[in-house]
Amino acid sequence: MTGERDIVLKEQFSVTGRDFGRAGSVSTTIKSMLKQIGFPPDVVRRVAIATYEAEMNVVVYADRATVTFEVTPAAITVTLEDQGRGIADIEQAMREGYSTATDEIREMGFGAGMGLPNIKKNSDDLEVTSEVGVGTIVRIKVLAPQ
Amino acid sequence: MATYKYYHAHEVNQEACHGRMKCLRACPTDAIRVKDGKAHFISELCVDCGECITACPHGAFVPLADTLEGTPRKGKLRVAIPSPVLYSQFPSEVSPRRILRGLLQIGFDHVFDVAKACDWATLATRSYLKEHTGRWPIISSFCPAVVRLIQVKYPELTENVLPLQVPREMTAREAKRKLARENGISESEVEAVYITSCPAKVVSIRQPAEGTKSALDTAIAISEIYPALREAVSEPDSKIKDELFDDITYGPGWSSLGAITGLLETKRWIAVSGMSDVTKLLDDIENSKLRNVEFIEAAACLGGCIGGSLAVENVYVARSRTIRLAQKFGHNIARHEHRAERLYRSGFFSIESPIAPRALSPLDPDIARAIAKVKERDEIYASLPKIDCGACGSPTCMAFAEDVVKGYAELSACVVGAARAAH
Ligand SMILES: Nc1ncnc2c1ncn2[C@@H]1O[C@H](COP(=O)(O)OP(=O)(O)OP(=O)(O)O)[C@@H](O)[C@H]1O
Ligand code: SF4
Ligand code: SF4
Ligand SMILES: [Mg+2]
Repeated sequence: MTGERDIVLKEQFSVTGRDFGRAGSVSTTIKSMLKQIGFPPDVVRRVAIATYEAEMNVVVYADRATVTFEVTPAAITVTLEDQGRGIADIEQAMREGYSTATDEIREMGFGAGMGLPNIKKNSDDLEVTSEVGVGTIVRIKVLAPQ
Repeated sequence: MATYKYYHAHEVNQEACHGRMKCLRACPTDAIRVKDGKAHFISELCVDCGECITACPHGAFVPLADTLEGTPRKGKLRVAIPSPVLYSQFPSEVSPRRILRGLLQIGFDHVFDVAKACDWATLATRSYLKEHTGRWPIISSFCPAVVRLIQVKYPELTENVLPLQVPREMTAREAKRKLARENGISESEVEAVYITSCPAKVVSIRQPAEGTKSALDTAIAISEIYPALREAVSEPDSKIKDELFDDITYGPGWSSLGAITGLLETKRWIAVSGMSDVTKLLDDIENSKLRNVEFIEAAACLGGCIGGSLAVENVYVARSRTIRLAQKFGHNIARHEHRAERLYRSGFFSIESPIAPRALSPLDPDIARAIAKVKERDEIYASLPKIDCGACGSPTCMAFAEDVVKGYAELSACVVGAARAAH
């Protein structure tokens, strides 16, 4: 069991909606920290992909978010708590190919409806909770093989 | 002299180093530290890009290519394999044929042009891209500094590196096989000498990224043989026609950025050069931003290999000549198509073992302690001025915080922080 006490490293970052210039910087930072700690490349990669997709969803669909990054030797947890429009039907949003992206967003190469499915695929545990008009919480957990 | 974990093509001449710190900022992997006023580099972080060689105003970073005189012959025959860059170092009236002939005049027993192998490699790359079903984009492998950068900073992207032989290696193998057969000697009696603008290739010959043996034996800088060659090619020469230099095509060039990509039958390619732009692009690939791109041609030197630090001609002049040479000689892709396809199927172009990430020492071998050290590093970093002045001898405040945690530096070396604390 990984309890609160085992969290040896905890950092927070913020993401701003529509800020495409800095988009992806949180996942890059998290990735380089995990690399330096010495987690296996596969673990680093999965966390990086899942975090990147979740971060991009905040940039595209929400106003702002706080990202909490927690590391223990056994697991990495990334929690994105955003303020924004929220998701009405999470099950639908999780479906491959489902997207509400505008044409403008699609032109930038997003909107394939692959983000959430990709997060699911790359994480060992995923929790998505949301309240329409308030915001969304995405909690990604990746286990590190011992 | 310092001993390094990996082989490198340059060393620091401590006497020439004035501690000017120019190299500190130039190094794309933050490998350099200045201690007691003298520069050093961390071997496992160095990717042999040569940026420090170019950046140092005092020439303290000394390239270590072999010299023609200083290298004893390694066999019965010495064959020159010039990089196509060599042709761009001479005025247009000096033809590639004349230059190849000049190499014989200055003491090589044979010359082999890489043009044919360039055509083959282009075709092999084309076939590979058509069949590839894994992760995109595929990244070119001809630049050893880029391959090492990927091994060091982007371990996950090693899978994206094109797993095919590069033209220089193919040419060396062919030259050895052919000359050994024709002269009734063993292949090891044929010494293949690469003539190059590239310090990184000197390293890749001694220590290939794939961990296998290079077919090239020696690498000599263009700048080293240039004076003698220049003199040789200035004499009129009637023998050129007697020599068999029939396969000069120059087409894809491979020496100037963007040359190969145009022939790959994909529209989704990007050609990038210069370490800082290459790094930015690799960051994007790593963040899966370039989902639609199929091929990346990446060269560490600005403008491609014509910008290599061992070239003699200005890179823009060389580029203009490269374009003119390509117009004049064209490529011969169509002629090789059939044979290249057969060779591709037979696995002729495949590299023996895949490119693997370079194992870097973690902050601590124990994950729990490594996490604690990252935390400590971030706390130290938070207390620093974050202006990356370099006065401490580390390239950035972050690198300095890490050096302190690793025990390489003392916190008191931060003069700005100390001055601030005194107020
Ligand atoms: N943080 C969020 N806030 C509000 N809506 C969201 C959020 N994240 C996802 N959504 C909704 O869920 C849908 C599906 O998201 P998903 O990431 O799977 O695909 P996408 O972002 O539309 O396309 P892609 O990720 O492939 O670029 C989005 O189109 C959007 O309507
Ligand atoms: S060759 Fe490149 S990576 Fe190596 S020390 Fe010099 S600048 Fe840094
Ligand atoms: S761009 Fe060419 S010359 Fe420069 S490091 Fe790479 S391979 Fe060598
Ligand atoms: Mg998305």
